[in-house]
Amino acid sequence: MSSTIAVNTSSAIGNAAAADTTVPVRIAVKNLNFYYGDFRSLKDISIDFYDRQVTALIGPSGCGKSTLLRTFNRIYSLYPEQRADGQILLDGQNVLSPSVDVNELRARVGMVFQKPTPFPMSIYDNIAFGIRLYEKLPKSELDGRVEEALRKAALWDEVKDKLRQSGMGLSGGQQQRLCIARTIAQRPEVILLDEPTSALDPISTGKIEELIEQLRSEFTIVIVTHNMQQAARISQFTAFMYLGELIEFGPTTKMFMNPSKKQTQDYITGRFG
Amino acid sequence: MAEHIVTSYDNDLQALRRRISEMGGIAEKMLVDAIQALVRHDTALAQSVIASDKRLDVLQREVEENAILTIARRQPLAVDLRETISAIRVSGDVERIGDLAKNIAKRALAIGTDFQPQKIVLGLQHMSDLVLGQLKDVLDAYAQQDTVRALDVWKRDGAIDALYTSLFRELLTYMMEDPRNISFCTHLLFCAKNIERIGDHTTNIAETVHYLVTGETLAIDRPKNDQSIDMSVEAGA
Repeated sequence: MSSTIAVNTSSAIGNAAAADTTVPVRIAVKNLNFYYGDFRSLKDISIDFYDRQVTALIGPSGCGKSTLLRTFNRIYSLYPEQRADGQILLDGQNVLSPSVDVNELRARVGMVFQKPTPFPMSIYDNIAFGIRLYEKLPKSELDGRVEEALRKAALWDEVKDKLRQSGMGLSGGQQQRLCIARTIAQRPEVILLDEPTSALDPISTGKIEELIEQLRSEFTIVIVTHNMQQAARISQFTAFMYLGELIEFGPTTKMFMNPSKKQTQDYITGRFG
Repeated sequence: MAEHIVTSYDNDLQALRRRISEMGGIAEKMLVDAIQALVRHDTALAQSVIASDKRLDVLQREVEENAILTIARRQPLAVDLRETISAIRVSGDVERIGDLAKNIAKRALAIGTDFQPQKIVLGLQHMSDLVLGQLKDVLDAYAQQDTVRALDVWKRDGAIDALYTSLFRELLTYMMEDPRNISFCTHLLFCAKNIERIGDHTTNIAETVHYLVTGETLAIDRPKNDQSIDMSVEAGA
């Protein structure tokens, strides 16, 4: 009769690959606080985002997950009463430092929003616009970059014959993939997705999820989602936030099968009072 | 555990638990009665064991269907997912326990009033008492989500295997003494094997309770004391 009992914790959910903590940390957040005027909406957040892994941020509305996302490319700095302190190290460099050029930062850290936001211009120009901001390329090369971005966003086959038509004429799911293509075209290191599928039907959602899985080989991805099953399907790591605090962070498999904190368990199982 | 925001979710899970507890009660009674039928040559009791198995099958199908519906409707996560999956597993084990008890009852009918060596019958009864204790404990452990108690059941399975090995040896001796003994000894051997298998199912349930409570799988090998596979006819003589 054996006297010791060992446990087996290595198993993966669904198609998403298991979490890999041996890869380098791409974004290291250290003691981050965020303020909307006097209101402190992020409280001393410290968390690591791993290179070429998908990290899902979950939590009830108002918990600070979108706020956290918005600090990574300093998009909040458009609003004077919003400020952050602490450190967000992207490849070791603190992006909150005033010496960091925000335009350059936003090219490195791309963002896609909940509602598709195509520019009122042609499909081609939607992609080319961002590239032209940072690079002067000959036409043939620019064409190549537009095609590459549309292919990576799994949209090329659907739009290749109507590149000169308006991006606004596409379906919601296509518009969202156009926005992802626009982001990829700048060759960022990190892609931030703020509830990218919450306005889409299940088929378009499936396409975006499939796309995220493919993009993971090249980009570090952080996604905010209210859909637990989506977080479980597509991410390798999950962070649960509540009232501006990071409650639990860990491999997605562990978070959804056997979370350590009661608050996490209550939230993901729908017991939150 | 706090209640779900959606109360019908709690009702679904409670309905699963209720059915499994009913199944456990039926299976325990079937085992007790099957052994009694065997010991006392009570054919009426044996018939009633065989009849009870139908209810067990119905309940198992209901647990399975409801668990699948719960997964489809609610996409359970964490402890809820483990509970739903555990319900499917435990109901499967209890249903098999019922089948094995039914098989003992059928053999009790087949043996009839043939001569039965008292020593063997008592051995069988002793073995079944042990297994019954295991079954009661593990069903309680499941109902109370008590992993310590479940592990205790898990560790005790070795004793049942050891008892089975010794009964096997004894029956082999009877069969070699007189070929006329072979018929009833074979039946009794199958009965012993059935009881031993019931023990294995209680061990399965214990592992499921551990998984349900901790979210982790027991990775070590089970305690095994069944040496009958290594026994040749010479060794048994």
